[in-house]
Amino acid sequence: MTDRIDQDGIKIGMWLFLYSEIILFGGLFVLYAAYFHRYPEFFAAGGLELDRLFGAANTVVLLVSSFTVAASITALRLGKKGQCIGLLLFSLFCGVIFLVNKYFEWGAKFARDIFPNSETLTSGEPGLNIFFGLYYIITGLHGIHVIIGMILLAVSLVWVMTGRISASRFSMLDNSGLYWHLVDLIWIFVFPLFYLVL
Amino acid sequence: MTHQDQPHLLSYRQLAVVLAILLVLTIVTVAVSYVDLGFFNVPLALAIACTKVTFVLLFFMHLKYEGPIINLSFIGTVVFLVIMIGFTFWDVAFR
Repeated sequence: MTDRIDQDGIKIGMWLFLYSEIILFGGLFVLYAAYFHRYPEFFAAGGLELDRLFGAANTVVLLVSSFTVAASITALRLGKKGQCIGLLLFSLFCGVIFLVNKYFEWGAKFARDIFPNSETLTSGEPGLNIFFGLYYIITGLHGIHVIIGMILLAVSLVWVMTGRISASRFSMLDNSGLYWHLVDLIWIFVFPLFYLVL
Repeated sequence: MTHQDQPHLLSYRQLAVVLAILLVLTIVTVAVSYVDLGFFNVPLALAIACTKVTFVLLFFMHLKYEGPIINLSFIGTVVFLVIMIGFTFWDVAFR
């Protein structure tokens, strides 16, 4: 019995960490709510600057990758290791697409002199400055989470290949999946708040 | 004994249905954003986002099949989040 793995304990530990992540982003959403109340017209104007089709595409990419991560756990537990590896590779590919999209999106704004401390924003309306400040902080922090999630998934992928993660011992993959879903979950709120405000 | 300890397993089919619901809701929220509903745009977008998040949590993150410890602590986190956002916004809005 000494080699028994406490899967519940591992899972509870992961969830505790996820709660702290939820509160971290929650704090940023409080800022968003307070400033949205103060500068509603500038938040609407700022939102129109963002391409909602880009945002929608990224939403779809993250939702699909969340599905493939969840499916990879199912595949592993059904003993289909090859499928599991394929699904994880596809999820990583989705992560890359998301980041490339983000790169083009940010790049287009940088080209139009919209970035933190840029001349246009600092000498322009404070409402717009705050909107884009929040935009860069929240999407930037979210982007870092995407990268961390991809690292976790990549480690899981390698461990599935080497057999360190198996159908009877898959907590690492499970927890990486939970992290990846959290990233998706945060994006589900970021998308309407920034891209869809009229 | 260890077999009963194994957490619930969702089939591909169930997961695909959840994904389909999420994609449909994404289309709905984008479509609705083109319609000017005045004040109701933001609450509606947030309501759809909350619905999507619920599906992700219940099925992808299999919260539906977890024990009371994770379920209750998660609800506790949400309650704290609501207090944090709600009361702060209340203070800002009605000062």
